[in-house]
Amino acid sequence: MIEARSLTKRYGPKTAVDHLDFEVRPGIVTGFLGPNGSGKSTTMRLILGLDRPTSGSVTVNGRAYADHRAPLSEVGALLEARSIHTGRSARNHLLALAATHRISTRRVDEVLDLVGLSEVASKRVGSFSLGMGQRLGIAAALLADPATVILDEPINGLDPEGVRWVRNLLRGLAGEGRTVFLSSHLMAEMALTAQHVIVVGRGRLIADVETSELLEGASSTVMVRSPEASELRDHLASPDVTVTSREAGLLEVRGASPEQVGETARRHGLAVYELRVESASLEDVFMTLTSDSVEYRAASLDGSAA
Amino acid sequence: MSVTTAPTHPGTAPRVTVSPVTTATVARSEWIKFRTLRSSWIVMAATVVAVIGIGSLVSYFTNSHWSSMTQIERLRFNAVDRSLVGVNLAQLTIGVLGVLFISGEYSTGMVRATLGAAPRRLPVLAAKALVFAAVSFVCSLAATVVAFTAGQSLLASHSVGWGHPGAVRAVFGAALYLTLVGLLGLALGFIVRSTAGGIAALFGLLLILPVIFNALPSSWNNTVGPYLPGAAGSALWTLRSDGNVLAPWTGFGVFCAWCAAALVAAAVELRRRDA
Repeated sequence: MIEARSLTKRYGPKTAVDHLDFEVRPGIVTGFLGPNGSGKSTTMRLILGLDRPTSGSVTVNGRAYADHRAPLSEVGALLEARSIHTGRSARNHLLALAATHRISTRRVDEVLDLVGLSEVASKRVGSFSLGMGQRLGIAAALLADPATVILDEPINGLDPEGVRWVRNLLRGLAGEGRTVFLSSHLMAEMALTAQHVIVVGRGRLIADVETSELLEGASSTVMVRSPEASELRDHLASPDVTVTSREAGLLEVRGASPEQVGETARRHGLAVYELRVESASLEDVFMTLTSDSVEYRAASLDGSAA
Repeated sequence: MSVTTAPTHPGTAPRVTVSPVTTATVARSEWIKFRTLRSSWIVMAATVVAVIGIGSLVSYFTNSHWSSMTQIERLRFNAVDRSLVGVNLAQLTIGVLGVLFISGEYSTGMVRATLGAAPRRLPVLAAKALVFAAVSFVCSLAATVVAFTAGQSLLASHSVGWGHPGAVRAVFGAALYLTLVGLLGLALGFIVRSTAGGIAALFGLLLILPVIFNALPSSWNNTVGPYLPGAAGSALWTLRSDGNVLAPWTGFGVFCAWCAAALVAAAVELRRRDA
């Protein structure tokens, strides 16, 4: 369980995290979504006590991370920025971390095996690909068998097989009753992995809902194919309805139900070859949710440049 | 690769046993970190080679050129100092090693893993200082003992033995001095968090500060000069020097105070600043 209470972090004049309140519950994968620069990584650094909050607090299993006697067994973390010395071998990196908690060498070899790095365990990390680096980071996170796992953009740099592996691993970890907190800017990935999502923009909380709920609440698009598309388009257009077209004869209608579109076509005697509903992807929902904060960012940048 | 091999299940006894994080466990971790980096041993080897190699070379040429040395040169000659002259170069390499021990973690991001495992932070500084001091003292002492022995044998008829007044103090003192310079580098590395910055700060303190004081009115230089880190520390292991210097152990005490001040500043910065 991770609990943030009015968590705020300012770097000089910039507010990276702005009065965030959220809970990450055990037993499920909770996604942490937001555009780049929305404060996801900062929030994770605050959870781990790497940065100190300007105000507010965040606790892990009821205590500040640094107040745990064996912190690695409370939280295992993979941060977005690499946290590995490039001159050391993978195994020695893990052995050094293990020594702080007197974790056995056997466990080090076990996690190396779990992430599939046994064969390159004695190679210097500097020679690792991005994907191998991610796997080593995940091995380090799982080293002390933590109750909570935090992963910042874990599938960055992974090949499709690696992505699937991470996805299964995360589900497995959550299935064992662990708290899994996962950040990503890849919405499609979130839809597949996370049951619950926390959406942030410009450091503020935008949504804290079940993934399914988020998708249901999204407006869907009606796709209609007609040989008389331009005519149909004129009849459909109204202040509440937007019609776009990316392809001749195919209209994308937002703000109207398929029944309304069908009725309109019948009323004006227009032929319809295809009428279907396309559900909004999490990506679309996300874009809609965060568009304000992104626009605001752009505007403020213009302002400071002037 | 499958998730079925993932670790423990809640409710069952954890398969991974952990112990609380203490300065002792962090020290073990830091020792692993130190010894598993090739650069640690390269720079340490450079330090040992500087102490022994330069001391031996200078001792050899002093003996072979004795007849062509001036009277003043002969008067200023001290056999113990001559064999330990390499410490002047070695202080720079061991200082760099001290800086690198922490700045390498900041440049690679390793420090986030380190502080994630030991979030109270101060044990990290304490453990690094302990491990570094232990390794440095052992290597430095081996180097100064060999340098003295080799140097004296190469000085032949101009040599002195272990019984020479101050010889043992100089040999042990040089090892202590090197260890403390390394700790000073470590502390500066913690404060500035970058390799280049740490080395610049260290060299500034040891090499540039005396030059600046030399350019000031001599009354200032004579008053303050002996208390500068390099001069104060050298008082312990240099038997013969020009100008005014502090008494050996007084000078060493002053140098310890410099290092302690740097370590306290490092501790404050480590606690206070975001990682």
